[in-house]
Amino acid sequence: MSNDILVFVEHLNGEVTDATYELLATARTLAAQTGGSVEAAVIGAGATGLAASLGGADRVLVADTDALGAFNPQGHAAVFSGLVASREPALVLVPYTSVGMEIGNQVAVANSLPLVSYCLSVDASTGLSATCQLYSGKVEADVVVDGERAVFAMLAGAASADDGRSGGAAVAEDVDVTIPDLAVSFVGIAEPEGGDVDITAGEVLVAIGRGIESEDNIEEAQELADALGAPLAASRPIIDQGWLPKTRQVGKSGLTVKPKVYLALGISGAPEHLEGMRDSATIIAVNSDPQAPIFGVAHYGWVGDLFDFIPELTERLDG
Amino acid sequence: MKIAVLMRAVPDPVEELELDGADLDRDFLGYVLNEFDDHALEEGLLLKEESGGTLTAFALGSADEVEQMLHTAIAKGADTAQKLGDDLDPVDAHAQAATFVSAIGDGGYDLILSGVQASDEIDGQVAMLVAASLGLPHVSVVVGTTIGDGSLRVTKEYWAGITADYDVVLPAVLGIQTAREAPRYVAVARIRQAQESGALEEVEIDQPENSSGVTITGMRLPEAGEGAEMIDGDEGAAAGRVLEILQAAGVR
Ligand SMILES: Cc1cc2nc3c(=O)[nH]c(=O)nc-3n(C[C@H](O)[C@H](O)[C@H](O)COP(=O)(O)OP(=O)(O)OC[C@H]3O[C@@H](n4cnc5c(N)ncnc54)[C@H](O)[C@@H]3O)c2cc1C
Ligand SMILES: Nc1ncnc2c1ncn2[C@@H]1O[C@H](COP(=O)(O)O)[C@@H](O)[C@H]1O
Repeated sequence: MSNDILVFVEHLNGEVTDATYELLATARTLAAQTGGSVEAAVIGAGATGLAASLGGADRVLVADTDALGAFNPQGHAAVFSGLVASREPALVLVPYTSVGMEIGNQVAVANSLPLVSYCLSVDASTGLSATCQLYSGKVEADVVVDGERAVFAMLAGAASADDGRSGGAAVAEDVDVTIPDLAVSFVGIAEPEGGDVDITAGEVLVAIGRGIESEDNIEEAQELADALGAPLAASRPIIDQGWLPKTRQVGKSGLTVKPKVYLALGISGAPEHLEGMRDSATIIAVNSDPQAPIFGVAHYGWVGDLFDFIPELTERLDG
Repeated sequence: MKIAVLMRAVPDPVEELELDGADLDRDFLGYVLNEFDDHALEEGLLLKEESGGTLTAFALGSADEVEQMLHTAIAKGADTAQKLGDDLDPVDAHAQAATFVSAIGDGGYDLILSGVQASDEIDGQVAMLVAASLGLPHVSVVVGTTIGDGSLRVTKEYWAGITADYDVVLPAVLGIQTAREAPRYVAVARIRQAQESGALEEVEIDQPENSSGVTITGMRLPEAGEGAEMIDGDEGAAAGRVLEILQAAGVR
């Protein structure tokens, strides 16, 4: 076993994601605690070209192979598991993202390592411990890991991506890649359709969540948005129900927005939602549950019924 | 197509949570079906209908609500359901995955579906842990499937609305984020029928052991509204204050 921290590099369309830079920043802090170095593993076709943008690591392990042209849940997990087996890092960091979710579990099971998910922070100064978010952000848990090695899946925002972007040039090292027979093959990527209002351009956003209850009630929220000249955005369940188009979704699998004012109505504030709006300049939340995690990031909050609130504000704006 | 759907009861997200040491105070806690498992069930039912296959729903008997969940699954179209154990203490994701793996056994399932995540999975995601321990191909964060020729086409969601399609040779495990259609509703009468159908099998199991190597030593309820200015008063007062905030931000 080494004292090193091994970071899984997530990339899409030739770009390393912010989630990866956040991991590199976290890894730097952890490496100082373990006395090891930061290694980053970049896997897939074009990996060589990405090494230069990973100066936040001390060493970049490059697994460049045309056999993995795009992210392959099975292939990338197998290659990364192999690297963890051969490098024996003390800590492995993956992002808690659509990609990292597949990698973390595989690598942990393949290497018989504990996996800690939903991590807000990790500490390796005495043993391994972490602070994690549970129950959709309603609970923070302190977690201790048995043993000296583990895989950590980090939530977005656990560190600053800019901190992980800085740094000089890492040493790049090509690694051998053996890819098992793959039962999963990549077909193609689809980008979202345009043509709808661009919620990332709005100075003010009115965002609704499951608290709106039914499709019929959307109209009332739309009237408020219109009175403000703001686009109507939403949390995931509203989109999944087909009540608003996908282009209006804020969060992990939707869009990231930073308006001057974000008005969240009936949104609980699950970590996946917060990821897309927590950097808004002013956040106002209306929710009937005083424990709703949205109040943890809001600058202003009112505990109450959104159906009482919406007409009151619409009237004042129109009046 | 022979389909297994793994379902979990999770603490009702709308309930006020209270703590008891390093765990939730579970005495009066209500449980609901994990919302993503509901989508896994729906996607499974659509595939069952399209392929003329069968579907079995599995759930750990760790909450009173589990029977109702499984009867609902049967009423919606599951052929059989298995309640694994009764009145079990809650266990970590590794123990849940191990229990599901032994229940699935060599049942010859072509497809194993579960929700992408659950709110209490501190040591990993059950669907992906099952895939890893069975050595099966996997795709997670799935938002739709289509039956292809000798394989299943699976749409995985990345972020910012970007999705990718994969062809997956079965057997495989999928972590379902969203079914291609909203989970169906079923009349209460149908659920009552399901209760009498005998399609729910109760499987006796020993209390599973946590095996993740991860221990929760403490829990906190983050101070709600910490750092936020909480507006007092009725909706009129709230709307008035919000208007002031909008004006101060220069957007009004
Ligand atoms: C991989 C992955 C990606 C995801 N990506 C996203 C994403 O991009 N965006 C996203 O939003 N979610 C995403 N999610 C889903 C996320 O986990 C939550 O399920 C979702 O954000 C919850 O939406 P919500 O707050 O509207 O609903 P809920 O959590 O159900 O909250 C509804 C809230 O409304 C309140 N309420 C109810 N009635 C009223 C009323 N009358 N007045 C006032 N308040 C009321 C309730 O108190 C509650 O707090 C993702 C999940 C996964 C697993
Ligand atoms: N008509 C229905 N359709 C789908 N699920 C239902 C239906 N009725 C009840 N359920 C589920 O069964 C559980 C208990 O329902 P109830 O006791 O009716 O509130 C809930 O978790 C619901 O998700």
